[in-house]
Amino acid sequence: MNRRIGNLFIVLAVGLLALIGMTTYWQVWARSSLEARQANVRLVYRDLAIDRGAIVSSDGVTLAESKPGTLDGRTVYYRHYPTAGLAAQLVGYSSLLAGRAGLERSLDPELTGSTGDLAGVVNSFDRMKGDTVRGDQVVLRLNAAAQKVAMEQLTSLGVRGSVVVLDPSSGGILVMASTPTYDPNTGLEKALSDPGSPLLNRATQGLYPPGSTFKVVTAASALDAGVVTPDTKFPGPACINSGGQPLCNYHGHAYGPHNFGYALIHSINTTFAKVGAELGQDKLEATMRGFGFFSRFPWDYPPEQTLPSGIFNRSGNMISANAPIDVPRVAIGQERLLATPLQMAEVAAAVANGGQIIQPEPVQEVRAPDGSVVRRPSPVYLGRAMTTETAATLRGLMKQVVDEGTGGAAAVAGLDVAGKTGTAETGRAGKNDAWFIGFAPAEASRYAFAVLVEDVAGTGGDVAAPIVAAVLRALTALTT
Amino acid sequence: MTPDRGFLRLPMRNRELSLIGLALLITTAGFAAVQLARAQEFASSPLIAAAFFAGAYLVAHLVVRFTLPDADPYVLPITAVLTAIGLIEIYRIDATLARDQGIWILIGLALFIGVIIAFRDIRRLETLRYTCGALAVVLLLATITLGAQVNGARLWIRIGGLQIQPGEFAKILLVIFLAGYLRERREVLAAPTRKLLGVGIPALRHSLPLLIIAGASLVLLVAMNDLGSSLLFYVIALAMLYIATGRLLFVALGGGLFALGAAAAVQITPHVQTRIDGWLHPWANEQAQCCYQITQSIYTIADGGVLGAGFGRGLILNSAGGTIIPFAQTDFIYSVIANEMGLVGAAAVILLYLLLAWRGFRIATTADDGFSKLLAAGLATAVAFQVFVIVGGVIRLLPLTGLTLPFVSYGGSSVTANFAIAGLLLCISQRANRERV
Repeated sequence: MNRRIGNLFIVLAVGLLALIGMTTYWQVWARSSLEARQANVRLVYRDLAIDRGAIVSSDGVTLAESKPGTLDGRTVYYRHYPTAGLAAQLVGYSSLLAGRAGLERSLDPELTGSTGDLAGVVNSFDRMKGDTVRGDQVVLRLNAAAQKVAMEQLTSLGVRGSVVVLDPSSGGILVMASTPTYDPNTGLEKALSDPGSPLLNRATQGLYPPGSTFKVVTAASALDAGVVTPDTKFPGPACINSGGQPLCNYHGHAYGPHNFGYALIHSINTTFAKVGAELGQDKLEATMRGFGFFSRFPWDYPPEQTLPSGIFNRSGNMISANAPIDVPRVAIGQERLLATPLQMAEVAAAVANGGQIIQPEPVQEVRAPDGSVVRRPSPVYLGRAMTTETAATLRGLMKQVVDEGTGGAAAVAGLDVAGKTGTAETGRAGKNDAWFIGFAPAEASRYAFAVLVEDVAGTGGDVAAPIVAAVLRALTALTT
Repeated sequence: MTPDRGFLRLPMRNRELSLIGLALLITTAGFAAVQLARAQEFASSPLIAAAFFAGAYLVAHLVVRFTLPDADPYVLPITAVLTAIGLIEIYRIDATLARDQGIWILIGLALFIGVIIAFRDIRRLETLRYTCGALAVVLLLATITLGAQVNGARLWIRIGGLQIQPGEFAKILLVIFLAGYLRERREVLAAPTRKLLGVGIPALRHSLPLLIIAGASLVLLVAMNDLGSSLLFYVIALAMLYIATGRLLFVALGGGLFALGAAAAVQITPHVQTRIDGWLHPWANEQAQCCYQITQSIYTIADGGVLGAGFGRGLILNSAGGTIIPFAQTDFIYSVIANEMGLVGAAAVILLYLLLAWRGFRIATTADDGFSKLLAAGLATAVAFQVFVIVGGVIRLLPLTGLTLPFVSYGGSSVTANFAIAGLLLCISQRANRERV
């Protein structure tokens, strides 16, 4: 009997030792791969130990902050967004549930104090000691008061759309509005599955046919190439033929003989189609590239939330440079051309800037927990889109668009507003994408902007231009 | 090895006392560590609790010293360390639960003292074998008929405000019954009376009770909705049958029978099926019913690493104050230990069980009557295999089940039943050692 008792003990002992073996596997062998798993809530809880830096607007409104709480006997910090949906897409979220997006994602190293520099190394020692790591505070260029006006304009119309205002001299993002919006404090879970895509930052991820606003690009290309001057004469028929299809002016209007400048001010499609045909695909695409089309803008924002503008095939992929396109239709902003509101604001900023493309910059400065300034971004020029002379010519013409052309509704008393309207056909009857892009003042501009409203019956001049006027009034009221 | 030899030269009860002293040091240090890690200011309540704990074990030791002077000196200190580790981790999860557990440990020690006084002469228990068998059946029937489902399995009955897990006690009664029954019948069971296909089998009337146990285990699997309990009962029975008869064929046949029966029974018990899904494919859908507990358990264990986070310093509770792993204080206490004490501590806990099993089997080999041998081996098997099944479940070696970790898990039934086992082992060893001395 004793031998059998011994055998049984050996069997059970092997079983118990197998438990130690398997525990060793999890704690030593599989540990690092388990730690990296997305579904491991411990990762997120660990991040909660960091006093993540606040995000505030240039006018001192707190957009994101960390509030202390307790978790399993330790102090943790929960993210709170006091302004809810005000700039939800730009600021993004840092969430246990959904991870991170927007500036919360791209500025994460600074917000969590885990940058590669000396401060980051000191913080990693604090983390090892169990001390609370405090992240840096980020002050945005965003103007919360003007952002609020932009959001109110869009939401009061009940439309999907976007407003982008840049400071053309620094690239600073003064306004970046996108509707519909959501409350990142409470509405994130619902927003993830909302068919209206409130998480989408329409300013950087929304692709829309730019319509007549693109005539600024065509005009820059044609003026630079010497294909036209502002005084070049055109016949102005109601329709021409392009690619086997009629290409007509808005409402089939016939203008009669006019010069090129007049065609821009009054947005004459047949003239721009003709100019596009004379320019040819290579020259037009080269100018587009200069404006930033066909590639992502490199800026302090998650790349996957910054879509490049360009010409896309039916399955949504950008078509290659030499693929056959209907150039005259691209020249008037149609065909398969799609652009983000940020791209079109950059087009306007380039005209205001004497032809230079400036990198979008969301950050005014980054402050360490002790209040000292860690980083203050300086303007980054990404290249030249047109000559200074062409830019000056276009500034004059775009001012006339507001003074006497299609953009009258954008006028603001005491401010020289220059711009270009756009009413892009979406292919759905009675549904247009209404645009207005431009800058103000017309010379030495402080604001360059693009407004887009999705799926409305009205034109850019009717729907988008008044939004510009309201936002500009808010911005100038604040500075004067 | 001189110090060891010195230690082994100590009288047995002094050995026990010094080891209990060591266990109390661990207890006090553990409570202090949790207190320092979690509270802003020092509170004396956990030290008062540690003092109570110390007092209770010293009383138990004194009773052993006077009633069972020659009993095994290691069993009681091992239970002291295990209950201390459990109590510290439960205190770390929730102070109120720890207070309850402390009371259960006191009641458990009282039962321990009651057992060693009542069954000082273990032969007295042998006469009660059929009573024990009948009582085991009654308890299990009560569980099935009156039982409430907790976490999917039907292992609990409610009496007044108390939740009782009768299976823990039925397990001991079953071992007592089997020890008495097998000692009585082992000759006829071992000696086949007829041959079937060249294999000797015992007469049906002798093997009938065993077939009943096999069938009953499968019924329990379906009725209790828990693979672990029925497997535990069945393995205990098979192990004791093997010791009594030495016939591996019984074990093989019985094992095969159970595997087939279980495979069929699982088809009609969705809860067990879910557990098996979670065992085979836990990463497929981590948030789902099947897999949340087991994956969180594995994350918790892995997070501990080799040295662990330290008592009270792991991440066990969620923002709502509950445990991240549901049922962390009962089924998943091993995961919490592995997190805070690391591989070193978790392995030490397993080795303590191995040591306890070794003492149990050693008591079985030194005992000189069949009943004592079978009883000690059966009880040691019950503890060791229960540890294997529940820890195997939380580390994904086996499908997850609703068993408790003996002496460590939160729960009155589990704690008191295991103290009864410890008491019985000491009674057996007293008789074995006294005859030897």
